[in-house]
Amino acid sequence: MAAVAALYKDLQALGVEVMSVSTDSRFVHKIWQHEELSKMVDGGVPFPMLSDAGGKIGKIYGVYDEAAGVDIRGRFIIDPDFVIRAMEVLTPEVGRNPNELVRQIKAFQHVRKTGEVTPSGWEPGDTTLTPGPDLVGKVWEVWKP
Amino acid sequence: MPELKDGCVTPAAGPIVPESEANIPDLGTIPAKEVKTVLARVGKEAIDFEANAFVADEGFKPIKLSDHKGKWIVLCFYPGDFTFV
Repeated sequence: MAAVAALYKDLQALGVEVMSVSTDSRFVHKIWQHEELSKMVDGGVPFPMLSDAGGKIGKIYGVYDEAAGVDIRGRFIIDPDFVIRAMEVLTPEVGRNPNELVRQIKAFQHVRKTGEVTPSGWEPGDTTLTPGPDLVGKVWEVWKP
Repeated sequence: MPELKDGCVTPAAGPIVPESEANIPDLGTIPAKEVKTVLARVGKEAIDFEANAFVADEGFKPIKLSDHKGKWIVLCFYPGDFTFV
């Protein structure tokens, strides 16, 4: 969570709103912010920290672990039409890579703006593809891994 | 007794699911809010919800996912405060 907070300025520059969710109460969120997060990241976590009491929200997003009673790591990108564009779900012991989150948002925003599609590992400025009959069997001419 | 403004059992609305999607059997014993089905899918509309939240510099307030409809949203679930990763 602190890692996402550290990239918050980049996310804001992309016009992204962030929300974090765990089964902890909002009171615990407050103390975590004061006791620890504010010491990891300047100013602490700048986005709303939501409380998913009972895992009701985690259940509909497919991240609630019934046995442990917690929401496991799950990250969702939602576009301005309120459509889920990406999800990444991990078991708790491995943290996420927020740089990949930023890359995916840039790619989805580019696709939304241009109608082009982005090959794997695409970064802004890299070659994009324009799908169509002429490209079938010819991707190798314009793009290689 | 006056109602506590920030009591520890103040419920938020939780998932806001259209009735047709929730597919809740009408057994009378199952509360209408009980939603077990995973509804989140890529390429499909996000499911709205309301949750109690802590917001830095603002304090406690209920937040809806749809408060930010029309913008790009990143929603991050994690196992718990004070965990190690």
